[in-house]
Amino acid sequence: MKVSILQFPGTNCEYDAQSAFESLGARTQIIWHKSDSIPSDTDLLVVAGGFSYGDYLRSGAIAKFSPVMKAVKKYADNGGKVLGICNGFQVLTEAGLLPGALMRNDGLHFISKHHHLKVQNNDNIFLEKLNKGDIVNIPIAHHDGNYFIDEIGLKDLYENNQVLLTYSDENGDAKNPNGSVDSIAGVCNKEKNVFGLMPHPERAMELLLGSDDGVKMLEGFLAS
Amino acid sequence: MKAIINVSLKAGVLDSQGKAVLHALGSLHFGNVQDVRVGKQIILKLDETDKTKAMKDVTAMCEDLLANTVIEDYEIELV
Repeated sequence: MKVSILQFPGTNCEYDAQSAFESLGARTQIIWHKSDSIPSDTDLLVVAGGFSYGDYLRSGAIAKFSPVMKAVKKYADNGGKVLGICNGFQVLTEAGLLPGALMRNDGLHFISKHHHLKVQNNDNIFLEKLNKGDIVNIPIAHHDGNYFIDEIGLKDLYENNQVLLTYSDENGDAKNPNGSVDSIAGVCNKEKNVFGLMPHPERAMELLLGSDDGVKMLEGFLAS
Repeated sequence: MKAIINVSLKAGVLDSQGKAVLHALGSLHFGNVQDVRVGKQIILKLDETDKTKAMKDVTAMCEDLLANTVIEDYEIELV
């Protein structure tokens, strides 16, 4: 299993992602954004979190024109598996690889804390190790995590089981930290090979650090 | 020629910054403000004399980069 992790100027979660996947036994490689290709033996491409290009203009807006993004699009179009975490999710929506957009949190504050999430759909490789309705405890750390999609787009998401995770309390009742439509925390594309979420599963790999619920999430990719 | 581009959130998309500014104006006793929308202005200096061509180019720039049309509208003024 080989995981390639994208690095833009301003990315800051690439080494967390690397450490997380290596702890699960995967080989990893960091790919600088100027690369015009993705290693051919890549089983999973991770767009890691951070503040690519300082979040200038909009989060993820400049990164979508980095040289590597053409290769990312081609990789995804050919069925390659892509996971965007936090800023990576923002980059993937800006690039049109995932539906919707991430706006400023409705409370206008940067939020950094552990938050519970409810698994909405597990008929995809990312969450197949979890059950529908499971509650996981995963850190969030974002300023622009307010997921927006119009009504037609939202209907599409539900019809195709593309809503992966929603923010909840520890009992699974909706609890919305940032104003996201229907408390959505993560989605995938129709083909279910491109995944994006604002929370950071790669930061929830050890109980000592508050939660190891990220293990079950990231393991899904290793099983395939 | 200059292009002045105003980017703002679409009607129907909650403008949290606008709401915060509205509340702040209220606390300053400007009670006659009914609504606030906060946007951004981008000013481009163009090496172009043909207005039609400039409008076409700037529209493409807005669609590709300057605005995210999922959540934002844009208006272009050439001066």
